[in-house]
Amino acid sequence: MSGAENSIVHVRDLRKGFGDTPVLKGVGFDVDQGDLISIIGPSGCGKSTLLRCLNALETLDSGEIRIAGVTLKRSEGERKLDSHFHELAHELRQRVGMVFQQFNLFPNKTILENITLAPLVVKEEPREVAEENALRLLEKVGLGGFANRFPAQLSGGQQQRAAIARALAMSPKVMLYDEPTSALDPMLVDEVLSVMKGLDNDGMTQIVVTHEIRFARDASDRIIYMEQGEIVEISDEDEIFTNPKDERTRRFLHKFL
Amino acid sequence: MKEPAGSFTSSFKIPLKSPFKMKPQTFLLSCLAVILSLLIPRVSVAAEAKDTNAKFPLRWAAAVDSNAPFAFYDKNNRLTGFEYEIIAGIARHMGREPKFIQNSWEGLIPGLGRDLYDCVICGIEITSEKAQEVLFSDPYYITFEQLVVAKGTPPINSLAELSGRTVGTLEQTAALKMLEQTPNVIPKSYSEEINAYKDIGSRLYGVLLDYPIAKYYAGPMPELEFTGPPFGKISYGIAVSRSHPELIQQINAALAKMVASGELRDILSRWGLWTPTMAEACKQTAEPSLPDTEYRAFAAQMELHGGIVAHLKRYLVYWPVILRGAILTLEISVLSMLLAIALGFLLALMRVYGPFPISQVATLYIELVRGTPLLIQLLFIFYGLPNIGIRLDPFVAGLLGLGLNYAAYEAENYRAGLLAIPKGQMEAARALGMTHHQGLRYVVIPQAFRLVLPPVTNDFISLLKDSSLVSAVTLIDLTGAYTRIATQTFDYFGTGLLIAAIYLLIGLPFVRLAGWLESRLSTDKRASEQKPSF
Repeated sequence: MSGAENSIVHVRDLRKGFGDTPVLKGVGFDVDQGDLISIIGPSGCGKSTLLRCLNALETLDSGEIRIAGVTLKRSEGERKLDSHFHELAHELRQRVGMVFQQFNLFPNKTILENITLAPLVVKEEPREVAEENALRLLEKVGLGGFANRFPAQLSGGQQQRAAIARALAMSPKVMLYDEPTSALDPMLVDEVLSVMKGLDNDGMTQIVVTHEIRFARDASDRIIYMEQGEIVEISDEDEIFTNPKDERTRRFLHKFL
Repeated sequence: MKEPAGSFTSSFKIPLKSPFKMKPQTFLLSCLAVILSLLIPRVSVAAEAKDTNAKFPLRWAAAVDSNAPFAFYDKNNRLTGFEYEIIAGIARHMGREPKFIQNSWEGLIPGLGRDLYDCVICGIEITSEKAQEVLFSDPYYITFEQLVVAKGTPPINSLAELSGRTVGTLEQTAALKMLEQTPNVIPKSYSEEINAYKDIGSRLYGVLLDYPIAKYYAGPMPELEFTGPPFGKISYGIAVSRSHPELIQQINAALAKMVASGELRDILSRWGLWTPTMAEACKQTAEPSLPDTEYRAFAAQMELHGGIVAHLKRYLVYWPVILRGAILTLEISVLSMLLAIALGFLLALMRVYGPFPISQVATLYIELVRGTPLLIQLLFIFYGLPNIGIRLDPFVAGLLGLGLNYAAYEAENYRAGLLAIPKGQMEAARALGMTHHQGLRYVVIPQAFRLVLPPVTNDFISLLKDSSLVSAVTLIDLTGAYTRIATQTFDYFGTGLLIAAIYLLIGLPFVRLAGWLESRLSTDKRASEQKPSF
C-alpha cells in the first residue's frame, strides 16, 4: 500500500450513472507503477463501467481520475463539458491501452495493419518504424509470422494476443483489460494470460476486469472486489483469499473456491 | 463533350491512388469540383450562344418525333415537313436564319416562357384557352378532324354514333376535347399517332385526329379507311411568348407575303395538303399548284418493310443518333451518380453523426426528395426555377435533377452501412487514441464502403434507366433516340430490342467493376484462400 503521490493511477469519488440508475457510487483507489490489479465482482457490479471511465470511453459524472499525469476532473452538477475536457480525455486515451472482451480487431485489415494503423494516424510514425515495432510486438506476444493474416484467420486466443500487441503499439503507460478471456475457449485462455504475466514482469501497469479468479490470485499484486457500484475491499492477493475483510467478499469467493 | 469526359477521368484517379493520404473531405470536394468544372463550360456556352445572336436567328421549336407531315426527320435523318418549309419561308422573309430547337410536346409552350426559343410551330390549334398563355399568329393551315376506322366498318355520320366505343387520339389535342365532350365515348390518348392507328381493330374502334395526320399515317395502311364528314374546324397558328407582340406582327407580315406569292400553296401542294378549305381561306383556286411528291415519298417509305437485312441497313442510318444518345445517357448517368455519391455521403454523415439541427436538415432533405417523383423534380428544376431567375442548361438541369434525387437514396445506403459496423470498432479506434473523425475515416468508413457496394451498384443501374426521364428536359438520350427511330421506321419491336441491348451493354461494365471491387475487398474470401494454422 503506497501513498497517493507515487501512484500512476489515482481515482477519487468517481460517480457514473446511466439515466436514473447509478452504476458507480463514488469509487476511489490508487495503483502503483508496475502493478497488476484485478477487479472482480458479480455481473453488473460496475467493474466494466469503471474500466471504461478510466479510458474516458464513458464520461464520468463527477469525481477525479488522474492517470500518468493527465487529470480528468468534474464536479457534481457540472453539465456542460468544455472542449478542454475533451482534449484531456483524448490525451488520456493516448496514455492508456485497452483490450476488449470481443477483441474488436479491424476485420478488413491484416494483423500488421491493425497494429500499425494508430501509430501511423495518431503518432504519425514513419511506416518503416511502425512496421518494425509491430513485428517486434507480434514476436513478443508469440505471433511472429502472422503479420499478413486477417483476424478471421486466427483463433480467439491469437486474436486477443494481436489486440494486446495493437494496444501496446501506442506505448501506453497503463493497460486496461475488459474481461479479456471471457469470449475464449477454455483451452486458449492460458496463452492470453501468460502474455499478460510477461508484461507484468516487464513492469507494465495493468488493470484487469476478470472472472478468472485463479489468474487474479496467481498474478495480481492486488485485487479489488466490487459490488453494487462500490469497492468493497482492496487487498493483497493472498489476504483476500485467506482472510477477506468483508463478509460480502467471502460469500462471492466461496462460490469459486 | 469529349474534353470534360477526359478531365473527369484524370482527376478521379487522384483519390483512388492514395486513399490513405487523402482526406474524405478532399475526396468529396474533388468530386464536386469535377462536376462543377463540367457545369461551368456548359453554362458559359449557353451564355455565349445568347451573345452571338448578333446574326439573330429565328429560334423555332417543335416536337419532331413521330410528327409527319409537320416537321420530322426523314429516312435519311434530315429535318423536313410542311411546317419546316413554312417557318423557313417566314424566316427568309424576315431576313433571319431559322434555327431549330427540339423539345417534347408537353414542354413546347413552357419553353416559350423560359425563352428557350422565339416561337413554336407544331400543329398547335388556336384555342381561347391557349391564347391566354401565348400569342398566336394568323393561321397558316386550316383543317378538320378525320375519323379513321377498320376497313368494312359501317359508315359513321356523327360522333354520337361512337357511343360506347373506345376511340383513340393524341394527348392535348382538339380531337381529344371533342371526344371527351361526346357522351359515352371512351377516349384513349396516345403519345404517338402510329401506335393509335396500329391499335384500330384491336384496342380501338377508331381514331380521331387532324386530317394531315390521318392522311400521312392512316392513308397508306390498306386495312384502314376514312369515314364520316369533316369534324370541327382547326386552325394551326405559330405560338410566341406574350412578351413579344412585335414578333407576332413580323411573322404575320411574312406569312401574308407567302400567301400572296403562292409560296404557301406550292408547299402545301407538294405535301398533298392543299384542300378546298385552304383554297377558300387564301382566296385562291382549289387546284394544287404542284404534284404531291413529298406525300408519295413518305407513303412509299411507310410501305417499305423488307427482311432483317433491310432493318439492319436502316439502323445503320440511325447509328449517329443512337451513338449520341448512348453517350449522353452514359455521361449524364455517371456524372449524376458522382454527384449523388458525394452529396449522399455528406448527408449520411450529417444524419448519423451531426448534432441536432444538422441531422434534422439531412433527414428533411432525404424525406422530401425521396417522397416526390423524379419527373416532377426534373420539370421543376428546368421549367420552374426560371420563375425565380435560375435558368439552367438542359444538361445541367438533368444532371442536377438525377444527382440530387439519387443523393437521398445514396445517403440512406451509407447510413445503413455506417450503422451496420459494430460499435466496438469505433471504441477500439478511440481507445487507440484516434479522434472520432479518424475513427470514422480509417476504421468505420472503409468497412461500410464494402457493405454498401452492392446497393450502390444497384442504384447506379437504376439511375442509368431513370436517366431516360431527361428527355422531359429536351435532351435526346438513348430513350429519345428510341422514340425517334421507332416513329420514323415504324419499328418499335426491332429498335426496342436494339436499344434495350445497348442499355444492358452500358450497365454491364459497371456491374463487373463493382463485383471485382467487392471480391477484392472481401475478407472472408481471403480467409478461405489461406487456411488458419491452429
